[in-house]
This record gives sequence, C-alpha cells and structure tokens, in this order.
Amino acid sequence: MPTNKEAQLSSKSLLGIKDLNDQDLRLIFQTTEQFKEVLNRPIKKVPSLRDLTIANLFFENSTRTRISFELAEKRLSADVVNFSAASSSLKKGETLLDTVNNILSMKVDMVVMRHPAPGACIFLSNHINVPIINAGDGTHEHPTQALLDAFSLQEKLGDLKGKKIAIIGDILHSRVALSNILCLKKLGAEVEVCGPPTLIPNYMTSLGVSVSYHLEKTLKWCDAANVLRIQLERQSTRYFPSLREYATYFGVNKHVLDTLNKEIIILHPGPINRGVEITSEVADSANSIILDQVENGVAVRMAVLYLLASKG
Amino acid sequence: MNEDGAGRLIMDKERFSLTIERLAYTLMEEYEPFENICFVAIQPRGVILAKRLVERISLEPGMNTPLLGILDITFYRDDFRRRDKPLEANYTDMPFIIEGKRVILVDDVLYTGRTTQAALTALNHFGRPSAVTLLVMVNRRFNRHLPIQSTFTGIQVDALDKAYVQVTWEEESGEDKILLFADKQEIKH
Repeated sequence: MPTNKEAQLSSKSLLGIKDLNDQDLRLIFQTTEQFKEVLNRPIKKVPSLRDLTIANLFFENSTRTRISFELAEKRLSADVVNFSAASSSLKKGETLLDTVNNILSMKVDMVVMRHPAPGACIFLSNHINVPIINAGDGTHEHPTQALLDAFSLQEKLGDLKGKKIAIIGDILHSRVALSNILCLKKLGAEVEVCGPPTLIPNYMTSLGVSVSYHLEKTLKWCDAANVLRIQLERQSTRYFPSLREYATYFGVNKHVLDTLNKEIIILHPGPINRGVEITSEVADSANSIILDQVENGVAVRMAVLYLLASKG
Repeated sequence: MNEDGAGRLIMDKERFSLTIERLAYTLMEEYEPFENICFVAIQPRGVILAKRLVERISLEPGMNTPLLGILDITFYRDDFRRRDKPLEANYTDMPFIIEGKRVILVDDVLYTGRTTQAALTALNHFGRPSAVTLLVMVNRRFNRHLPIQSTFTGIQVDALDKAYVQVTWEEESGEDKILLFADKQEIKH
C-alpha cells in the first residue's frame, strides 16, 4: 500500500480541455494548490522533474505563457530548451514535423508548443511519442489558460457549480474563449458569451452557452466576467467599424460596473489593450484578479507538467 | 491472527498508548522545556503521531507547546518517473522557519529510508536546522536502502522484505494498533 493515493490524468498529453474529464480537473486543481504553497516558500523549487528535458516550441509570439511555462519547468528542476520561430530554420523551409523530430533526437522528454495553426498539437501527437502540452494552437484551444482562469475563479467563488460566468469580446478568434467554455461547463458553471454579432460564431449555442449582444445585460447577470482581448492580428477583415466604437459598446469601464449595484469579478487573459476592451480603472481595481491569474498560471502549469511527466 | 483473519497483531491499543506515553517522556527528558525545538511530521501518517506527541507534551506543566510543521514529500520522492503513476500530493504546512532550530522528524514507519531522505531534502528548503533527529512508531530494521536510523523508536520489527507493517490510528480507522502482514498482497484496503 503506497503512502499516497496514486493518480494520473486520463490522457498522455494535454491537447485541449476537451480531452479532460471531471476527475482530471479535480486532480489538476488539487495538485495546483500544493504547488502554490511551494511557490510561497523561501526556496521555490522542488526536484520532481530533475531528470527531464522539456522543449518549449513557440511558433507564435508570447510573453506571459512562455515565461510562465519556463518558470514552472525550472521550479520543477527540469532542463529547459527554448525555441522561437523567428530565429529558427523554419525560415529555411523546414516542416513542423522535421523541426520537432530533430529536437526530439536530442533526447527531449516533453514538448510544450504554441502554434498559429489550429490543431497543430493534435497533428503532432499523432506522429511523436512524447507528452505534448498545448500552449495555444491558433484559434482552437489554450487549455492551461482555461485551467488557471477556473482555478483563480474557484479561489474567489468556491465551487463553480451554478455560478454565472460571462466571456466578453472577441469570441471568434479566441482560443481562450473555447477552452474556457469547455472547462467551465465541465465544472458545472453557466456561461454566457457577449460581443458584437460579427465576433460570435454560430456554433456557440451548440456548446450549451447563451449568447448576448448587450454588455450591460450580461454584466448584470454574471458573477464574474472574463474580458478577452481584441485580436487584431487575427482579423484580416474588419469585424467592427472602429476600436472606439467597440470600446463604447463592449468596453468594460467603471461607469457600466457602477450601474450594476453588485460586485463582479473581472478576469483578463492578457495582454490588455487598455482603453479598448477594458479601461485601466477596471483592470487595476480591487475586483480585478488579473494578476492572481498570472500568479496561479505558474502553479497550474507545474501541476500539469508534474502529472504528465510520469513514465506512463 | 487477529479477528480480521489477516495480519498478526504486534501492538494492541493498550501498548500503543503506553508507547506514545514513553516516547513523549523520552522527548521531554531530552528536550525540556522545548525551546527552539520543532516537530516536522511527514504526510500523511506521521502527522497523527506528531499531533499526539505535541498534545501529550503540552499537558505537562512547565513545557512549552512545541511547534508542529507538516511536510509533504511527494514532489521530492526519488522514485518519481520510476513508478507507473504519479502520486497525489498532500498539503504542506510549515508555519515557521526551521533555520537554527532542532528538528524532530516524525513518521509512522521507517523501512527503506527513502522517505526520510526525501524529507531531509525537503527540509533544507525551509532553512538550515541546527540538528535533525528521527522519531518513528515502527522501525523495520532490515531492508534499509540508505544509511538512515531512527533516534526515537516506538517498536522495532524484524520482518522479511515481502512483509508489510500497518499502523492504524484511531483518528483514521477507529483503533490504535499495529499489524504485521506476512505478504503485502493480504492487506485489506
């Protein structure tokens, strides 16, 4: 009989929230709590992954996620190699699979990948044998972001069952939105998406979420609002007339929050376009848990890395 | 054989409580009046033992209530990635810095010594103790993998490697006792 209960995620890789079951989510959150305690110690490091090498493959720009993953890996004592598309042989025409296979030949045990193409991690998982963690694939999923959002919400609201969570803004281009919806639904929360009709895809209702085009109505309804960034880099055509018009109708500001007569929690996955989807006043207010999200991000990623690192 | 039909009773309720009493008195003789001393209990079952000892010691007049820290060593185990599945972590609660303190490390069973080694590594992350001693309820003398010995021992058990010693606690299973199973496979979970 082991001293502790054995536990393992149901899948070998974390490609999306879609693949996780209730048990997995519970296990990730429980492990996150323990790592959060580790991160508050004078020495914030444990030797769990000391015999492991992890490659961070970032085919798309990132600040937060990349630093967060790298810190999580280092806090677990793993060896880390970083790769960014800008300075790589991709420019010379190498395929994704060739790049990754070359890196794996150098005896890498685990891959964290961000890629602009939706499904890139799923494609890779069909061809390589090591665990892969999706750090964002195009407009598809960003599972660790959804996990840290849900974990941060749970810290404030307790069990999310029956809680009302709004996701506001550019739903169409947001991998954060999709992962968040899947995660929150699995945790039993009610979800409403809100934004201009051009930025809300038709399939939304099939995910079991309600759709609203009216910011004030949504804010009145919800316990917490996750405000998403307007992803101008993914918009080849114009989805709304101007940023100013977007800010007027869908920007979360102090004025609209004051009309609610209740306090709601504000989340934002970052990076913030201050003055567009959210004003500085709201982003820096006491109701905002944006920096808690960033702090929890490292602990959540440590939990995922730890749970996927077993021999399996 | 006890009434469960599996496992031999090697310590009953009465001797169990006497043993805890004896350990508490030994500690009081050694560490009186418990200044600059702290208990660090290894999760999960060292915690119950350490709590009992702290409770007993604080009843004694003239003794300070010793500090008690709870340490989970899951992330420090050396068999991680050598077993099929990772282990679920328990909580750690170290509400004080152990720098310069004398630490009494507490666990239920000392067997291979690997848990103790992991605990010593983990302990270093909370400061440099001036000294560390080890207290266990059961010391299984054979099959040690590392040069680690307990300073304070409840009972010494000599058993084959395939045997299993189970300490059950009133807080957990309703009764204080220690059972010896001839084979690990026999254990009822």
